[in-house]
This record gives sequence, C-alpha cells and structure tokens, in this order.
Amino acid sequence: MTEQVGQRVPTARAGSEPMVRANVAAFARVWASTVMGSSYVPMTRAEVRQHLEALTEVLVDTLRATPFRTEPGYEIGTRLVEAHFTGTDTLGRTVQLLGDDLLSILGLPEDEVTRSRLAALQGAVSAGYARALRERTLAEQEAIRAAVLDARDGAEARLRASEARFRAMFTEAAIGIGMADLGGRILDVNQAFQEILGFTAEEMKSRNVRELMHPEDAASVWRLYEQLVRGECDHYRSEKRFYTRSGEQVWTNLTLSLVRDEHGEPQYQVAMVEDVTDRHLLQNRLRYQALHDPLTELPNRALFLERLNRAFSSKEKHTRLGLCYLDLDGFKMINDSLGHETGDLLLVEVGRRLKESVDGNGRMVARMGGDEFVILVEDTTGTEDVITVADRVLAEFRQPVRIGGHELSVSASIGIVERAVVGTTAADLMRDADITLYWAKADGKSRWALYDPERNAREVARFTLSATMPAALERDEFYVDYQPLVGLHDGTVLGVEALVRWQHPEFGRLAPDRFIELAEETGLIVALGRWVLRTACQQARRWLDEFGKHAPFVSVNLAVRQSRDPDLVSDVRRILDEVGLSPHHLQLELTESAIMGTADEPLEALRALSDMGVRIAIDDFGTGYSNLAYLRHLPVHELKVAGSFMEGLRAEEGADPVDEQIVSTLVSLAHALGLTVTAEGVETPAQAERLRTIGCDAGQGWFFARPGPPDAVERLLRDQL
Amino acid sequence: MERPTWAPGEVDLNRPSAARVYDYYLGGAHNFAADREFAHRAMAVMPDIAQVMRTYRAALHRAVWFLLDQGIRQFLDLGSGIPTVGNVHEVAQRVDPAARVVYVDNEPVAVAHSRALLADNPNAAVIGADVRDPAAIFAAPETRRLLDLDRPLGVLMSAVLHFVPDSADPQGLVSQYRERMAPGSYLMISHATNDHDFDQGPRVTQMYRRDSDPVTMRTRAQVSALFEGFELVSPGLVYLPLWRPDALEDVPERPELSRGYVAVGRRI
Repeated sequence: MTEQVGQRVPTARAGSEPMVRANVAAFARVWASTVMGSSYVPMTRAEVRQHLEALTEVLVDTLRATPFRTEPGYEIGTRLVEAHFTGTDTLGRTVQLLGDDLLSILGLPEDEVTRSRLAALQGAVSAGYARALRERTLAEQEAIRAAVLDARDGAEARLRASEARFRAMFTEAAIGIGMADLGGRILDVNQAFQEILGFTAEEMKSRNVRELMHPEDAASVWRLYEQLVRGECDHYRSEKRFYTRSGEQVWTNLTLSLVRDEHGEPQYQVAMVEDVTDRHLLQNRLRYQALHDPLTELPNRALFLERLNRAFSSKEKHTRLGLCYLDLDGFKMINDSLGHETGDLLLVEVGRRLKESVDGNGRMVARMGGDEFVILVEDTTGTEDVITVADRVLAEFRQPVRIGGHELSVSASIGIVERAVVGTTAADLMRDADITLYWAKADGKSRWALYDPERNAREVARFTLSATMPAALERDEFYVDYQPLVGLHDGTVLGVEALVRWQHPEFGRLAPDRFIELAEETGLIVALGRWVLRTACQQARRWLDEFGKHAPFVSVNLAVRQSRDPDLVSDVRRILDEVGLSPHHLQLELTESAIMGTADEPLEALRALSDMGVRIAIDDFGTGYSNLAYLRHLPVHELKVAGSFMEGLRAEEGADPVDEQIVSTLVSLAHALGLTVTAEGVETPAQAERLRTIGCDAGQGWFFARPGPPDAVERLLRDQL
Repeated sequence: MERPTWAPGEVDLNRPSAARVYDYYLGGAHNFAADREFAHRAMAVMPDIAQVMRTYRAALHRAVWFLLDQGIRQFLDLGSGIPTVGNVHEVAQRVDPAARVVYVDNEPVAVAHSRALLADNPNAAVIGADVRDPAAIFAAPETRRLLDLDRPLGVLMSAVLHFVPDSADPQGLVSQYRERMAPGSYLMISHATNDHDFDQGPRVTQMYRRDSDPVTMRTRAQVSALFEGFELVSPGLVYLPLWRPDALEDVPERPELSRGYVAVGRRI
C-alpha cells in the first residue's frame, strides 16, 4: 500500500449530477447517524453531516475515476481523524457502512469492478485513518509529556523559590535555628545559632545534640527531649544553658519541635534558641543585689534567713546547726570619732576577714546590718564546732586593721547558739543568739558567750519583774517591814529601818535584792522610793501618836538614783508635812558611793535635808572606799558599819583582833567626827557585848529582831514601857 | 501532618488526574497509563461514562455558542482541564478573533499543556489556580490583562463544582464570583447528580474519592441554589442533553442517564 496523501480529488463531477448529489446527502446522513456518539466531535449534527457529505463526494468520485486510485481513501481516513472522529468504534462502523450501503444508496453499479474498487477504498480509508490516528496520538502524547516536563519544571522552580525563601529565612533569622535527626545528629544550624555558641556549622554538624548537655540542665529538659524524639510530644519550651566554644555559658530559651512526615512519622527535630544571657545575668544581678549587702558583698539578712529556713526545713531528725551572732565592740565610737567612711572601710575589712576565715564548707557569713554579722554553721555535731569557729573569728580580729593611716584595734563579741533543728525554730535561734551576744557584751566584750537556758530563764524573770513592777506598785503588791535599831547601852529601840518587800503574785515574797537593782535600771526606784518614804513616815507618825517620846525614828534607804532626783528635798518636805512628822523622826540611809562619788547637787540636797533636821546615815560603811578626810565635811549624822565586820566578833571566845580593831577604830573615828555608829548584822550576844564594850552606839540584826511588820515593833516598844 | 499550603503542587503521574481521565473519555491521548487504567475501571462500573463525559463537553460547547450569540466576548473557564478538541477559545475566536478567554485549572500538567497551546495566542491565557480561590484568580496578571470586569463576562463552571466539597461552601464560592461579574454577565454550571439514583453513581464517586479528585454529587435543588442572584435562561436547569440541543436527534430517550445538570444564568 502506497502512502500518498494530500492529493485532493476534484469533486466537481459528483456535484454536477443532481441525482447523485441527493444520494450523497442521503448517505452522509446515514453515515452521521452511524458514527455520532462513537466519538466526541466539537461539531453540531448539521456540521457533522456537512463534513461527511464532502467526504462522501470524494468517495463517489474516487470509485468512478479512471484510472482508479486509492490515495483519496487515505485522505478520507485522515480527515475523519482531523475532525476528531477518534472514537474506537468510528472506523469500524464507517468501513462497514461503506461496504453495506454506499453503492446502493448512491445508486452505483454493484458489479465486480466497482466492488473490488470499494474494497480497495475501504482498505485505504482504514490505513489513512490508522496512520492519522497514530500521528495524532503520538503528537498528543508528546504534547502531554512536554506539559509534564513543563509542569515539573514549574513545580521545581516554585520549589526552588520556596526553598530559597525558607533558606533565606533560616539563614537570616535572628533566632538560632538548628535541625537534627532523631538520633540527635545535627544536620544544619543557621548563622544565629553559630554565633550564639561560637561553633561553625561544620563543627556543629560533627556533634550530637546530646553533647550539648549542660550539667545544670533541669532533668525535665532531657526527659522531654527523649519523649520528643520518641514521638510522644511534638514540642516543648525550656530554659537551657549551653557552653560556647570558648567555654563560657549562654542562657537560652529553647523551643524544640518534632517534624513529622506526611504519614505522621517523626522525621526531624528543630531547635529554636534565643540567647537570653543578658536578661538572665540581669535577673541574677538583681537577685544578687536583693540578697547581698552592697558594702561587704556578703549575703544580707534576707538571704541568710532564706538559708536558715532551708536548713530548718530539713526533715532529718538529727540535724544540728549553730549560729555565731557577732557584733563589733565599740564600733559606734569609731564611726563617731573617725567618720562613717572609716567605719564603712572597717566593716568591709571585717567582712573580708570573716569570709576568708570561716566562709564555705557549710558555713555562711552574712551581714545583718550595722556592725552585726552572723555565721551559720550547718551540720554541727556539738557546741565545740561552733566554738571553734568563734575562736577563729576572735583570733582573726587580733590583728589590727589599718585604714587611712589609722591602726584600729578591733574586737568582737559573739553569741553562740548550737542545737538540734528539731524542737526549735529559726526565729528562736536568732533571738537566743542575739541574747547571747548581749551577754558576751555584758560579760566584758571581746569574747564569746554560749547560750545558757538557765541564765536566759533568769533574765526572762528579771525582765518580767521589771516589766510588771509599775503595775505592782499601783496594785499595792509592795509592803514595808521594819527592823529595830537598838541602843547598845540600855537596849531601847531607837529607830527602825524600813525595808521594802514585794508580794509577787507569781514568785511569792521577794526581798529587795531581787528588784531594787531592776527598779534602779528602769527608773521606777524614784516612785517606789517615794512610796516607801511615805509609808514609813505614816508608820512613824502612828508610833509617835502611840508611844510619844518613846517612838522610834524611821530609817529609810535612799537609792543612788533617788539621791540625784532634783525633787528629793521637796518630796521629803511635802511627805513630812502631809504626814505631820517632825524631820528628826526620819533618817535617810545612803551608800558610801552615793555620797562620796557624787557631784555637788546631791550633796546640796543632803545638806538641805540635814538642815531641815533629817538625819543622814551612811549605809554599809567600810565596804566602799570612803575618803575619811572628806567625811567631816559631809552632812552625815551616823555611820552604819557593814555586817561583814561583825564576823570576827561573833564568837564568845577568841574574837578576831583585826575585825575588832577595825570596828573599834571606826567607832572612835565616828565619835571624833561627832557621828553616831550603828553596827549592822548583829547576830549573837557576844557580838552585842563586844560592840557595847567598844562604845558602838546602836546595833541592828537578828540578835535584836528580825525585820517584821509594824506590830512586831510595837510589841518591843510596849515591852520597854 | 497536612502538607503546608506553601509547598508547590507535585506532579505525580501515578495518580489519576480527573482532567486527563476526562481527556481520555473524549478520545484524547493526553493521558497516562494510570489515567487510562482508572478510566477503564470506571467504565467497568458505569459503561456509558465516556458518553456522559462527551455530553458534558457538548453542553459546554452549546453554552459557549449561546453566550457568543448573547454578545459575550470574554470568558473565564474554571476547571478547564486538558485542552483537547473544541476549546472555548477555538469556538469563541472563530466567531470573533478578539474574543478573550482565561482558563483556570489547578492541575499543573493541564496548565502547562494549556500554556504551550496558547503560547502564540495573545487573547487567551491559562492560570494555575484553584477554583476555590477567586481572589487569586481575579488578582492574576492574566486575568487583569485579558478580562474587563466592567463589561459582561461569561463564567464557565463546566463539570468543576462537583469537585468542590460542601465543606468549601460552593454556594458562597459562586457568590464571590457573582460579586465580580458585571450585570449582564452569564454563569454556566454543569454538575454531576445522582437524583435518579443509579447505583453506579455512588460507586464511581467512591472511586474518584479514593484514587483521584473526590466528587460531591448534588441534587437539583442544591444546584439550583448555586444560581442565587442569577436569572436562568430557557430552558432553566435541565439534564445535560436537554439544554438547547442542536438537533432533535441529539436528545436521547433517557436524558437522565447523563447524570448531570446544566443551566445558564444571567447576572441580574
């Protein structure tokens, strides 16, 4: 079969015969019906008929042409394909239709020659169709393959563009980004990450994520990491430290995310790190500043208490700890005399010495404020551990401190408390250490004192007493006992000493030695003394009324502080007036130190009292350091010789000659100065006899009478009558 | 994990493409083994599926002719697929060489092929975009260059909306197009249905869902509702072969076997 196409057969002849022409149209209609629906052709039915009519004319002309040629058959096949009669059934139906109906419909002779020509033409149409369809199919396949390539190129170009955008984002991001596989092998890190850690991308890629572990990492960081690479969590954030190439630390906020493939299987991990070192350091600095003393850079009270409370939170039963509460001796004086700047420099040096000598190993030095420091000693086994620390501190202070040309001797007092954590509190410990520091001060400074619960109890009691004394005075818990002063030559009661007592609701009857000193410290002694004076004077007045000239005078003790009270003279005068007692029925007893060591004002007061007619006695004479020469110038009427001298005079036989000589000399001296003498503490008849022999005027003591209520005195007085 | 939206579409020839399967049914060779294999499986279920596809194509063809008669000279063909025979621009530009056509498809191979075909045609272009993204389509330089939205436009949604699931709100989508269409514009929609409850319908739907682009069949009422804001031209919403047939012989005895509706509406 030759392949000749493109030579179109003239159709003029077929068209010139009206009968044939009508038949052509009829065949085309049948043909169109046969193939319509076998293919998609973008033509209307009318267009299809028109198209097929043209082809039918070619068929007719070809069958009738001389010489007969098959080439137009090829062309018909080609034109069917061109019109998109490409459906699988189109050719078959067409060939069958040509064979069955073409000759009859067109009215052509159905002879041997024509049949033979038709068969050849059918073959040519088929061949032309097949060839055209093949060409068309190949062309379309080529076109679609080209389109695939284009589409892929386009997709790849977009992918590349997208990749480039993301690469740029990755590279240029200010936040550090890194990728690793699930085994932790680092695949890539961006510039920011490299800059944060100081490693190049190549160096990073040779490492494993696990090598970036930092010893201070929270356990949760790596627990979450394991969960993430196992696919159990998709991302987490944490704060994490890294070591840089140069070994420094960077603090980062880390976000780790798991990347999954389209099936949800974990593929990669992506880390985003933000360098927050500056922020972290700032926070640390702020925290440091909040918890440290800016001057000495030692921990401050807040940090100390935090650590102490932490130690107390230990649930360990046998945990013990100790405190050294330390305070510089005389710091105020240094501050006042050399200035605060020197004081500050001294505190810095003290802080440095403390830190160097004792800080560390479970010990913490903190500055509590001012010149107070505290040392916490943790996990002690006993008091010795803390004493060792205190001794070291005291030794450390023996070396003078040189500041700006001054060589300062520094000493410190230290209160030590050491005990088990169980059964106490941080607050108790601090309070006790503070108290103990005070004891060390009171005991003479430059030393340590150990907390003593009994001493503390005593002090607490003292404190309780002094605190309750003013109320006690108002509630009349005080009362006065009287002890007679008896004339030695005739045994008559000359006077009585008023002795104040406190009937305490809790502690019972208290002697003056338990509370007078406290009253002096608190200043209550003035009010208390005034009360005693009034009470005693009122009593003296009652005796005067009852016993007339046999009534005794009252001798009232005057505390040092009272003797310096500017209102003393007016107080005495007013009380005497109010009570209606003559001044010579009152004697005031003062200690040697109260009279001797005083400035002029009290002396003038005593002189005024003396001038008024009040007797002045020196109490406990001989125990102080009296200036005997000065004695004659004082407004004094009587010496009361201290009971301690009576010891040697106690025995009936073989008295101590020295004591006896002393007392004898005192009496002579007193008499030479025109003073009377009363011996205190007379307990035996022998003592009384010796004193009488010596020439002592009066005696006081158990031998004559114990202190007692007024009616005891009255019984004595009545006996004398 | 869902593929991020920024990832470019991939060209996967192992996966049947609705556009290439359509081409195969129309007698084209712009397809691959996977497409043909799928086409054959569908034909095993629904032997007349190729005929159905040709019916869609023929209906589109008639609609274009109708719009040309109405004076429309610019067309937006959404889901245009593989440019096979009887493309819109061939028809339109035969009537008026200045007629403008913008094709839209989301299948990269179809787009590439269309682009090659239209390389020398200054009045027709193709956009690689999804019918669900009208904003991108109207913003594309090809659209802006070729279409004058102040003038009536023919929007063709031939056999495309049944690839838009209900979750993507097809009605809302159509209204987004409507808002861009000047009064006097026309909208053509042809859409698959199973109103006559042929049991092959669901099976083919299932095949498309599993292996190719998922199909959502809609009822007559649902398709009608898509024309909100449009005035349907005669004969309204009908089975594909019934819409303005060229000849009486073209109307089959059972037009419902086309399993598709078509209508053209005029923007009010």
